Amino acid sequence: MLLIECPWCGARDEPEFTYGGEPAVRPGPATEVGDAEWTGYLYLRGNEKGAHRELWCHSAGCGQWFVMERDTVTHATIAVVRR
Amino acid sequence: MTARRLAAGGRIDRTRSLAFTWDGVPLSGFAGDTVASALLAAGVRVVGRSFKYHRPRGLFGAWTEEPNAIVDVTLGEVEEPDARATVVELCAGVAARGVNGRPSVARDAYGVLDLAHRFLPAGFYYKTFLRDWPRREARIRAMAGLGRVAGTPDPRRFASRSAQCDVLVVGAGPAGLAAARAAAASGLSVIVADDRFIPGGSLHWRAATIDEQAGADWAAATVAALAAQGVRVMARTTVFGAYDHGAYGVLERAADPPAGWAAERLWTVRARRTVLAPGAIERPLVFPDNDRPGVMSADAVLHYLRVYAVRAGESAVVATNNDSAYEVALALHAAGTAVIVADLRPALPEAARAATAAGLRVMANTAVLGTIGRNGVRLVDLGPPDATSARAATMRVAADLVAVAGGWSPTVHLASQSGFRPRWDAARTAFVADTLRGDQHFIDAADIAGALEAGHAAGVAAAGALGRTVALAAPRTPPPAAAAPLRALWRVPIRGARQWVDLQNDVTADDIALAARENYASVEHLKRYTTLGMATDQGKTSNVNGLALLAEATLRTIPEVGTTTFRPPYTPVTLGAVAGLRHGRLYAPWRQLPAHAEHAALAAEMREYGGWMRPACYRRAGEDAAAAVQREAAAVRGGVGLFDASSLGKIAVAGPDAATFLNLMYYNEVATLKPGRIRYALLLQETGVVYDDGVVARLAPERYLLSPSSSHTQGVLAMLERWHQTEWPQLRVAFHDITAAWATFVLAGPAARAVLAPFTDIPLADDALPHMAVAEGRIRGIAGRIARVSFSGERSYEVSVPAGYGLALWQALLAAGAPHEITPYGVETSSLLRAEKGYILIGTDTDGMTLPDDIGMAASLRSKSVDFVGRRSLLMPEARRPDRRQFVGLLPADPATVPAVGAHAIERTADGGLRSLGWVTSAFHSPALGRSIALGMVQRGRALAAAGAVVELYHLGRITRARVCAPVFFDPTGERLRA
Ligand SMILES: [Zn+2]
Repeated sequence: MLLIECPWCGARDEPEFTYGGEPAVRPGPATEVGDAEWTGYLYLRGNEKGAHRELWCHSAGCGQWFVMERDTVTHATIAVVRR
Repeated sequence: MTARRLAAGGRIDRTRSLAFTWDGVPLSGFAGDTVASALLAAGVRVVGRSFKYHRPRGLFGAWTEEPNAIVDVTLGEVEEPDARATVVELCAGVAARGVNGRPSVARDAYGVLDLAHRFLPAGFYYKTFLRDWPRREARIRAMAGLGRVAGTPDPRRFASRSAQCDVLVVGAGPAGLAAARAAAASGLSVIVADDRFIPGGSLHWRAATIDEQAGADWAAATVAALAAQGVRVMARTTVFGAYDHGAYGVLERAADPPAGWAAERLWTVRARRTVLAPGAIERPLVFPDNDRPGVMSADAVLHYLRVYAVRAGESAVVATNNDSAYEVALALHAAGTAVIVADLRPALPEAARAATAAGLRVMANTAVLGTIGRNGVRLVDLGPPDATSARAATMRVAADLVAVAGGWSPTVHLASQSGFRPRWDAARTAFVADTLRGDQHFIDAADIAGALEAGHAAGVAAAGALGRTVALAAPRTPPPAAAAPLRALWRVPIRGARQWVDLQNDVTADDIALAARENYASVEHLKRYTTLGMATDQGKTSNVNGLALLAEATLRTIPEVGTTTFRPPYTPVTLGAVAGLRHGRLYAPWRQLPAHAEHAALAAEMREYGGWMRPACYRRAGEDAAAAVQREAAAVRGGVGLFDASSLGKIAVAGPDAATFLNLMYYNEVATLKPGRIRYALLLQETGVVYDDGVVARLAPERYLLSPSSSHTQGVLAMLERWHQTEWPQLRVAFHDITAAWATFVLAGPAARAVLAPFTDIPLADDALPHMAVAEGRIRGIAGRIARVSFSGERSYEVSVPAGYGLALWQALLAAGAPHEITPYGVETSSLLRAEKGYILIGTDTDGMTLPDDIGMAASLRSKSVDFVGRRSLLMPEARRPDRRQFVGLLPADPATVPAVGAHAIERTADGGLRSLGWVTSAFHSPALGRSIALGMVQRGRALAAAGAVVELYHLGRITRARVCAPVFFDPTGERLRA
């Protein structure tokens, strides 16, 4: 159970948060995006070992989405960024 | 049976005798006993039958490492299967039963399996029943398996707790207490958790003098001093899991909870630093027939002797490869047991001197080569450790106890759960945890002096890491004698005899050799193939011996073989404690409708729908639910019905950019919606899959009201927030869930307007409030809202008032509708009415692959030009496949038969097989049509419907027929909606 530093509320237990996966930039406009590019946006993530940027929402708290950079090996928090 | 209790001594309360039963036989023990110590005291030798061969087994250990004594325990209404007798505190009236033996573990009919052991090697069941498993499974499971699950609810109460501290100390033996003492002296908040009944650990059975006191007395004084400083010292408390960022899973068992109190509490403890002082577990020695009752861990023998005053045997062989067994030999001798010491090492160590002086027979270079005895050890063969045949035995001695000391394995589990693998230390012949997570300290000591010193140092280090200093000296104890090195001998080199490695899973040294020959050379594969190290003891006594034998068999070193992964829990955790209070009625809060009391008064059949308690239907006397649904549906179409729709989601959306934002979210065009108008709209996931449907009402240019499905309200709100915050934060719009603030009732049917009109100042004329329009105004003088939408196909008004007025409005509408025979109807009736109209129910008629075109809503993709959520996915090749499943109606050939939901529409393949084209998603008897109807998702369904094709429906081996049609059975032109 992670101890997550909400950039608005401070450190809270993981059950207060919702995981949103790796941030992906939405390509567009839809009519100009190729199938492969769209598939990559939808499904392909780096899933890096080590430093990993991910979206979290303090869903049982302030409701804000933010980006947390986390080490997926040690689970250490590297940085938390307000959006 | 021989009484084995000593006349004096131990930590039992001899003034409190406790009666219990073992396999139905009345016995007694004392307060302070475990079931195991009471059985041992009563002379019970066979306490279990082995898992695979049904061999008789006796106690091996004295605590959580015990592999054999698995018992079912009953106390009053509490039944606990597969408990370890060594950790169950004896209390009056306990009934304990051995498992895996029929009729009892003493006389087990399946014991004949042992005669067939040559034909049951590792992997036997896998290989033999690979093809035939489904047919054989029931009989094999009857022979295998352990305890019996009661099948009745557990009457005990369980609770969940959280705690934070600066330093968590795991283990209250000499090391843990020394660490806690130091950390507490620095002024930090400290929690000490220890799984035994009394803190002190091995100080209760290993001799020590600390600060001029007996070890146990020092422990008691230290615990009292810690408590006085505000340290929480938790006995009967197991730290079973190490999780991220200093979180630990902790199970606390109550000694004797008063009625209504929790029997166990599951704690989540968050600690800034942790001192792990879990101690070590003694390993067995591996030799032929080392599983007979009477072969016990030497440390356990000492534990039973000094804690419970129970002598484990009349005459003993103490077999050892290290110095720690000599204290055991001397203690047994002093208690009156005849003792012979067999030391594997070529020369006697210094530690043997005291034993020899006491008159014990001590032999160097001597191993146990075998044991003899039907239900327990009677004779023991001794001989040279390099013997390759049982005939090499040089002496046969009469003994009913073989106390084995095979060296010590530090309890590295918690330290290793964070992902750091323990390292093999060849000098100590053990896996040690010397790479640690940054917030942990691990104490690993060979003796009590070392434990005190390392424990104190860890406490000082933990305090230092948190910026504190410790002005307290370490506890003092006389320096220990230098220990002679251990001699590792992983098995006796006698072939053909069974030498047991894992007693709980019946794994022998030969099984490990066989697995290695069959190339299960990875330790993880070995574990799965032979089951070495599985089940309740998780190989606490067997793992190191097993790994060492695998290393030998594969000509590798032990570090090359490595260990299996350590995962929580360290010992079994009661499922009830994991659930805590989150079960049954308290699993999730039930939400009640504002008019709940009225539904109850009408004897509605209440069911849970997405967290809401809602009327399924309103049964009248003598009516079953199906009949009630038919009656209610007919009443709506014939006159007027009243439906409580208060649980329907209501999300208020407001802001200058509300229209722009919602148009990006919804599949359908909603920006051009005029104020006062309503549109049916789909919400897609970015993959294009239909997530929710509902109506979007525009109350004002900058104010919308969304009505998601009851169970999707939270999900839709979360989705709006996420897209707004992460993709379009520049849009000025805000969302608010106002579901619970409003009561909403639906008046549906030809007489709906007549019933409603007297209640409101909102003009209800069709040109003022046509179908799909909304107006705000007064209802019974209260500010409210009327929306003209229909989920039944009838003229229908959704009337909303603030929730507090709901009950009164419901009563008033029922009373006003009486002349029209107004009929309250429930969720099941509503579902039937919508099926007659072919309105989809998301999640019932659709699934995680359904796209808008599949349910006949292709238009928006062509007409809408903004990049709404999911748009691009609808242009993918998968979305444009011509053979996608499409939403259709199905008219069964037999109008009296309602097809099963889930029945497959099939086609016949060229080779005579059946192939699924899709399935039935909803099916009812329709009162309006007087026949059965169904909805379904069928490949190329619209083409089949246009052709009037007949398909076969397959369900559980039976085939029926149905004609495919458009998914609307009643009033296809919608005249009743508007009329
Ligand atoms: Zn927050």
